[in-house]
Amino acid sequence: MVDNTPTLWYEFKKGLWQDIPPFRLVLGTCPTLAVTNSVINGVAMGLATLFVLICSNLIVSAIRKYVASQVRIALYVVIIALFVTLADMFLAAMFPPISKALGPYVPLIVVNCILLGRAEGFAQKNPVMPSLMDALGIGIGFTLSLAVMGGIREMLGFGSFVNFKLLGEWFEPWIVMILPAGAFLVFGGLVALVNYISHRKTAAGTNP
Amino acid sequence: MKLILIFISASLINNFVLTYFLGICPFLGVSNKTENALNMGLATTFVMTLTAAATWPIYTYLLVKFNVPFLEYVAFIIVIAALVQFVEMYIRKSSPTLYRALGIYLPLITTNCAVLGLALFMVLREYNYIESIIFGFATGVGFTMAILMMSGIREELEFADVPRHFQGISITLIIAGMMALAFMGFAGLIRG
Repeated sequence: MVDNTPTLWYEFKKGLWQDIPPFRLVLGTCPTLAVTNSVINGVAMGLATLFVLICSNLIVSAIRKYVASQVRIALYVVIIALFVTLADMFLAAMFPPISKALGPYVPLIVVNCILLGRAEGFAQKNPVMPSLMDALGIGIGFTLSLAVMGGIREMLGFGSFVNFKLLGEWFEPWIVMILPAGAFLVFGGLVALVNYISHRKTAAGTNP
Repeated sequence: MKLILIFISASLINNFVLTYFLGICPFLGVSNKTENALNMGLATTFVMTLTAAATWPIYTYLLVKFNVPFLEYVAFIIVIAALVQFVEMYIRKSSPTLYRALGIYLPLITTNCAVLGLALFMVLREYNYIESIIFGFATGVGFTMAILMMSGIREELEFADVPRHFQGISITLIIAGMMALAFMGFAGLIRG
């Protein structure tokens, strides 16, 4: 873990578990809670974020030597806002129903702390390739987290999975899971689960 | 009448934190002490009111007039960042005491999704100028209320025996869920 020259593979894989964004870093909580009432919404949001993250990390890392440190945050935000506008227009043109379901949460990717956090914390200090891998890892980890959240809430709230009716007529949907309160409860439970697994790993001495 | 309705709706019924999940980062991050939470809430309310007052004319008289509303995200975030910067500079010059209290929170407000969300909702719902300012202020009041209540609960929580895996963020989120349930009770206020 204290390797001074982390490999590209390490940069990629740390986003999948060790630094998985919503549960470990507790970044990007707003979209995690807001759009995960179904799997499809969650995945769409995750992919949009992944796209913006890759583009912004690449650009920030490529120009890192030419930017005065006083104006860097403002510049990063503008770069991110540009790509978010692109992603938003793409969604609106290609997948209108999803774009409608996500509503104002697509533009809100601009202020998703993950993006600025990775630009500031990683891309501005590292070359292009590791930044790309970092963006891929964190972005995919984020998408997976949203899919899991969406899966649990859709299953309990509608009794279905990706719009496919999974549980029979006997199942009484838990309406609360679709409502805002359910999002907080599921998220809190998942954070506890992640804590539980890593505590057990540490106790068993198998923590990588 | 409509103004009162907007105020109640934005501060209680559709509380930004508990129903739209905007501004969760400071809500979780700065809610461990009541005093900090109050300062953060006040600073955010101030910036939100100013944001509504500043972005509305920019959207109506610049972006719509020159037919470039697709630039709204870029324009809004620049306005918010500039606004926060000016507010910080002004407070530092005019009142060092206030600056010491609010100083560290001000830069955080730029990345508070609630501030950008407020500007976007304002455009989406086609409020006029006065309504926008009321909306901005009410959103800030709602945020302050939520973060203040949360900090009160968290201070009590320090003496509670929380299961080990639930400590920290996890229990905070579950409390937020219960608060959201309680706030759903306000939904009945407006239907009648």
